[in-house]
Amino acid sequence: MEKLVNIFLFGKKYEVPENLTIMTAMEYAGYQLVRGCGCRNGFCGACATIYRIKGDKELKACLACQTKVEDNMYIATLPFFPLVKQAYDLEKIPVNETVMMQLYPEIYACIGCNACTKSCTQGLNVMQYIAYAQRGEFEKCAEESFDCVMCGVCSSRCPAGISHPQVAMLARRINGKYLAPGCGHLEDRVKEIKDGDFNELIEALMQKPIEEMKELYNNRDIEK
Amino acid sequence: MYSEQFKESLALVEASREKNIALEPARMTAEQKEKVLASFHPDYKADEFSALKIGPNKGDKVPTELAEILQAHSRITADSVDLTKPAYETDVLVIGGGGAGTAAAIEAHEAGADVMIVTKLRMGDANTMMAEGGIQAADKPNDSPAIHFVDAFGGGHFAAKRELLSKLVCDAPEAIKWLSDLGVEFDKDADGTMVTTHGGGTSRKRMHAAKDYSGAEIMRTLRDEVLNRNIPVVDFTAAIELILDENGKAAGAVLMNMETKELLVAKAKTVIIATGGAGRMHYQGFPTSNHYGATADGLVLGYRAGAKLLYAETLQYHPTGVAFPEQIFGALVTEKVRSLGAKLVNANGEVFMHPLETRDVTAATIIRECSERDNGVDCGNGKGIWLDTPMIEKIGGEGTIMKRIPAMWRMFEKYGIDIRYEPILIYPTLHYQNGGLDIDANCMTTNIENLFVAGEAVGGIHGKNRLMGNSLLDIIVFGRSAGTNAALKAKDTTVGKLTLDHIAKFENEIAGAGIETEMVSPKLLPDYTRKI
Repeated sequence: MEKLVNIFLFGKKYEVPENLTIMTAMEYAGYQLVRGCGCRNGFCGACATIYRIKGDKELKACLACQTKVEDNMYIATLPFFPLVKQAYDLEKIPVNETVMMQLYPEIYACIGCNACTKSCTQGLNVMQYIAYAQRGEFEKCAEESFDCVMCGVCSSRCPAGISHPQVAMLARRINGKYLAPGCGHLEDRVKEIKDGDFNELIEALMQKPIEEMKELYNNRDIEK
Repeated sequence: MYSEQFKESLALVEASREKNIALEPARMTAEQKEKVLASFHPDYKADEFSALKIGPNKGDKVPTELAEILQAHSRITADSVDLTKPAYETDVLVIGGGGAGTAAAIEAHEAGADVMIVTKLRMGDANTMMAEGGIQAADKPNDSPAIHFVDAFGGGHFAAKRELLSKLVCDAPEAIKWLSDLGVEFDKDADGTMVTTHGGGTSRKRMHAAKDYSGAEIMRTLRDEVLNRNIPVVDFTAAIELILDENGKAAGAVLMNMETKELLVAKAKTVIIATGGAGRMHYQGFPTSNHYGATADGLVLGYRAGAKLLYAETLQYHPTGVAFPEQIFGALVTEKVRSLGAKLVNANGEVFMHPLETRDVTAATIIRECSERDNGVDCGNGKGIWLDTPMIEKIGGEGTIMKRIPAMWRMFEKYGIDIRYEPILIYPTLHYQNGGLDIDANCMTTNIENLFVAGEAVGGIHGKNRLMGNSLLDIIVFGRSAGTNAALKAKDTTVGKLTLDHIAKFENEIAGAGIETEMVSPKLLPDYTRKI
């Protein structure tokens, strides 16, 4: 017999098996989810959830699909949070900290409370990556924020009204486009294809009888 | 930490690790592959398939669960909405907000069209977001689009439509460049050389990655770009029926608000179906690595309106879904784990196959190891096989796992398993819909004008099995192409009177074929609520 625990979904008590995640526990309780459920694998950030264990002062945050239920868990999902996303043209922005000053000036109002880091469902050092963004250190901001699933819990806890995931998104795109080293072999290959260097080879493959294609495939040389 | 029940087998895996690392397992011959597929691959289990009784693919066999939704009733009748009062009017209507849909929307916008996206969950709630391992492109000097073509054509059992496959491989480097220019952070060396690895069935190392968040990194970047361009996105709104015009051309869709159930009409000059896959149909009872909304909606919409399917009978079971712990049962363990050197090891500590055979062959061989050969590990929900992740650190050096596959580490760490030191247990999981709607090289369906398709809803690009890294590639190549072509086609399209006549016509076929069903489709979401 599986062991049952008591959980409180939006304050209402349900008895569910202890081996379930918060998400599957909600379904066990009878919720047909529409919001607050996406990839169910910890990548999409749809199922941000806050909870408190009865008697514990600390408010915790997690992804419902990645977290097991506990006895006396008070659960509220946060399926949407109004993040501020500024529109910009990546081709035209300045590649230094002035872009942050223009688009997300509120990051300079950070009071260093670290509530963002404490609440991060991915365990990221959110306050640190905001500090990097303030200084225009986009590469470091990109690296520090890379695992962000943009669930928005950090922003929900921020007294300065920062939309951390959007700040990090901008930093990563700047890093990917402007700061990461260019790729010579990629540029070369794109040009070779445009110049038609492979047309003959591909044409030949388009016509080849299946038996010959099989020969080619079964005897191809495989890079170690 | 593994509990007592695993300790004995785990000890055997650990004791054999050094020996297994050194081992270079032989690759199977063509005959061996055919035999293991025919005996153990789920696509070959005849009693799990049903012949379609109606529609353009009448007589073709497809998974029974798919046959049921393809031959189910519409959620509406023609009277349910007023087609003369559309809530939205646009040039290009994109159905689906995943990688293919967003790529299409960006390119349609770039081409100067009015474009909008409708998506039944949020933009980015898609299998793209969950693709971990990487994206193929033949951009290294020792590689070429022709070699890529041969790998993919053979891996797909020589069944791909060659005009689609040649487009896939020839446009691949340009797709990587496009993504890079949008700011996608590919793994590179200090001099800019792409860090590339093998995938199952590749003959060159052409797998580009962004750690093991490759799809997430692409998806969040495309989503950001859609928002930067102020392309309208109507979320939590599903397309439940295509609308044709009096000339039989695609001309919009009936939409349903997922929360209020309100019905709305979207009128468009061209329509792009980018609705993704079908993992949440749980064919043959398999768990799935797919996102919550993967219910083959696009196939249903297209089929009911008269579009043809290709290879809908072929599904991809990813060899390495999580077999333990149960909380993440069926979740994807990226093929990149094997690209980086982890081997498949049975309960006795033996390597029983080359870890990078194509996915269908690998999945079938794992199933054989767990069934006929009975060398699997009992995982509670069934048998599983070890994937010896600590090998990665021994081969690539300490720190390789955190640098290259942090998401995998994170996923297992939550359940007390540190994959740097402990192997993991895997079993095949339903992963990808190889088949889908039949299109031409311009991404338009072969028998409904102005209806375009991109991404996993397409059939024929990969043939009957897909190689790792060719799906992230196809959503970009064909997503972009669908967007550009749909925008172009919209320019000289005048929409005639809108109709939903095909619903009644299809109902007649259902009745005429003697199909008795109460099911309505598209399914939209799976139902996981407890049934008492």
